[in-house]
Amino acid sequence: MRKIGLLAAGVAALGMALGQANVIKIATQSPLSGPQAALGEQIKLGAELAIEEAKAKFKALGFDLVLVPYDDQANPDVGVANANRIINDPDILGVVGHLNSGVAIPSSEVYARVNLVMVSPANTNPRVTDRKLPNVNRICGRDDVQGPVGAEYAFNNLKVKNVFVIHDKTAYGQGLAEEFKKRLEALGGKAVAFVGTEETSNFVPIINQIRAARPVPELIYFGGIYSQIGPFVKQLRERGVKTRLMGGDGLDASEFVRLAGKENAAGTFYTTVAGPVSAFPKAKAVAQRFKQKYGKDMEGFGIYAYDSANVILAALEAAIKAAGGKKPTREQVAQAVRQVKMEGLTGTIEFDDKGDNKKAKYFVMQVASTGNWADNKLIRVIEMAAPGAK
Amino acid sequence: MLEQILALLPQVIFDGLILGFVYAMVALGYTMVYGVLELINFAHSEIFMIGAVVGVEVFRYLAPHVGNGFLLLLLALILGGVVAGITAILVERFAYRPLRKRGTTNRLVPLITAIGVSFILQDLVRLIEGLWHNEFFLRMRTVEDLEGSVSLLGGAIFAQTKSFILMGVSILMLVGLTYLVNRTKLGVAIRAVAQDLPTASLMGIDPDRIISRTFLIGGSLGGVAGVLFALQYTTITPYVGFLPGIKAFTAAVLGGIGNIPGAMLGGLVLGQLENFFGTYLPILTNGNFGTEYKDVVAFLILIFILLVRPQGLLGQVVKEKV
Repeated sequence: MRKIGLLAAGVAALGMALGQANVIKIATQSPLSGPQAALGEQIKLGAELAIEEAKAKFKALGFDLVLVPYDDQANPDVGVANANRIINDPDILGVVGHLNSGVAIPSSEVYARVNLVMVSPANTNPRVTDRKLPNVNRICGRDDVQGPVGAEYAFNNLKVKNVFVIHDKTAYGQGLAEEFKKRLEALGGKAVAFVGTEETSNFVPIINQIRAARPVPELIYFGGIYSQIGPFVKQLRERGVKTRLMGGDGLDASEFVRLAGKENAAGTFYTTVAGPVSAFPKAKAVAQRFKQKYGKDMEGFGIYAYDSANVILAALEAAIKAAGGKKPTREQVAQAVRQVKMEGLTGTIEFDDKGDNKKAKYFVMQVASTGNWADNKLIRVIEMAAPGAK
Repeated sequence: MLEQILALLPQVIFDGLILGFVYAMVALGYTMVYGVLELINFAHSEIFMIGAVVGVEVFRYLAPHVGNGFLLLLLALILGGVVAGITAILVERFAYRPLRKRGTTNRLVPLITAIGVSFILQDLVRLIEGLWHNEFFLRMRTVEDLEGSVSLLGGAIFAQTKSFILMGVSILMLVGLTYLVNRTKLGVAIRAVAQDLPTASLMGIDPDRIISRTFLIGGSLGGVAGVLFALQYTTITPYVGFLPGIKAFTAAVLGGIGNIPGAMLGGLVLGQLENFFGTYLPILTNGNFGTEYKDVVAFLILIFILLVRPQGLLGQVVKEKV
């Protein structure tokens, strides 16, 4: 027992010794393997690009800037285990991540133990910031605004009154669908049905309900992820149901077209919190550098990750100056992040007292008939403030 | 409300029938292995999944070269059946036979092995597909010939060509299997081993060989079911076998486990129950219970049936073996 204690103390001492005075690390956490890796990789590469570009500036301040990517596998357990490793590396002063709210929420509680700041490019669940943790921030929008944005577009612009609402029973999908339904009914529309399903292959019972629903639904709203909505749409259209379809940012993936089939996916509406490159004129040059460096197109989450990393870098710079050129503490960095006011690629970034961006952008998109995700039509950009804490 | 229910009823029954045939085909595999070894082979749901994955891959690679959709499907069915059958043999050879040889009498040990094997197969397929295509959601290719559909009963039923194929193949499988078990030498041997393994081996039957063949037959039936499932519902993941597997196992128990026509009947009953409640629950409960409760209600009814008739619909009360 005593030997183990000694060993632990030794390892801890080693850890301290390894904390170097002139190295500052920034971590990313996102899924880099598994089905959501395509989205997670954008987060890693977006942050990496921002850090590469800031290296020279920090060298002048006397610091080596390093990116340390972690793979959370879209799994809360893995995310928390990584978070524990991250807080034990004293050089890590900021985290860009995560992709999934379900992973971000427990992981951010680990970061909170040491006041390590997290800036999220992608987590939309209201609870991420509603817990009022001083270290948790996001620059993207929230589901309790995204759902209503969809409802308002459907009611006011598509002139739709009766909507068949489906959700996937997860915190994300059901939350989104509930917010959609609430606003739709406040506007004077009607949710013909509100149905949850965990089904991934046989959607026939729901399709039959849609066919039998009275009044006839003019729109189907599905709060869920592309992996479920894709096969659903395929079966729906195969059965000759032509009702229009809308979803949230869970649909914002080119995989949707592959699973649903090009002709079935065309025309689907979706709202998203991470707009495409075409929505941000300022992102064009960065997207070119991204493509040159990584040989891949920069997508929405890449842009948001680039901005998230820049928020942390701006805060770091301010904190270094405030500390008289010395390496700041994690707490100082977290406080500095809340003070940041900057113009990012995605617009003005400034946090309220919960860590939400004071004004986030929401996008209404429509899937193109070409099957190429980059061709999707940007219909509308809505800028809206986050609601006050409940 | 009643009007709504009646308008949809033909369609609901038809769709339930298709789902029921899927469960029935998978249930055959459970029931055969149980009949011979009294082992619940939980890895059978992964054998089914492997069949589905092979089907997807055959369509992916051969569709551009084989013009005829039906020929393509036939190839997929054969390959899916063969690969799944071989996997089943390997599972038996390396996971169950060593336990049997060691004379493990505890029933729980092979059961736990089966659960473990099922996890191994899931992650193995995930690994292979991940390295090969970097894909998690495998999509069945669309082939023109198989995409047709017709309206029956004046538009009350929407039926797809592939649904009829699915029904036809599963009926063929049941008939073929019944013939094989009751009329052939192999069938006699299988029944003999099922009846009494030690005695059968004294009569010149090699029980290992018969057990191996039982796994081959059950596995290839599961694989064929997987290919048809992929064709019908289009998107496949390495974890797609789990729920149909559990339901098919339930169907086997409902029909009377070890009983081949019983498995078929159990599957059909379960398919109808699930589809019926999936469609009508929100209508019947005025929106208070959604489709998400379909399995709960279907299983409640199954539990009730088994309380009334514990041996299953077509099962016989198990007698002491003589």
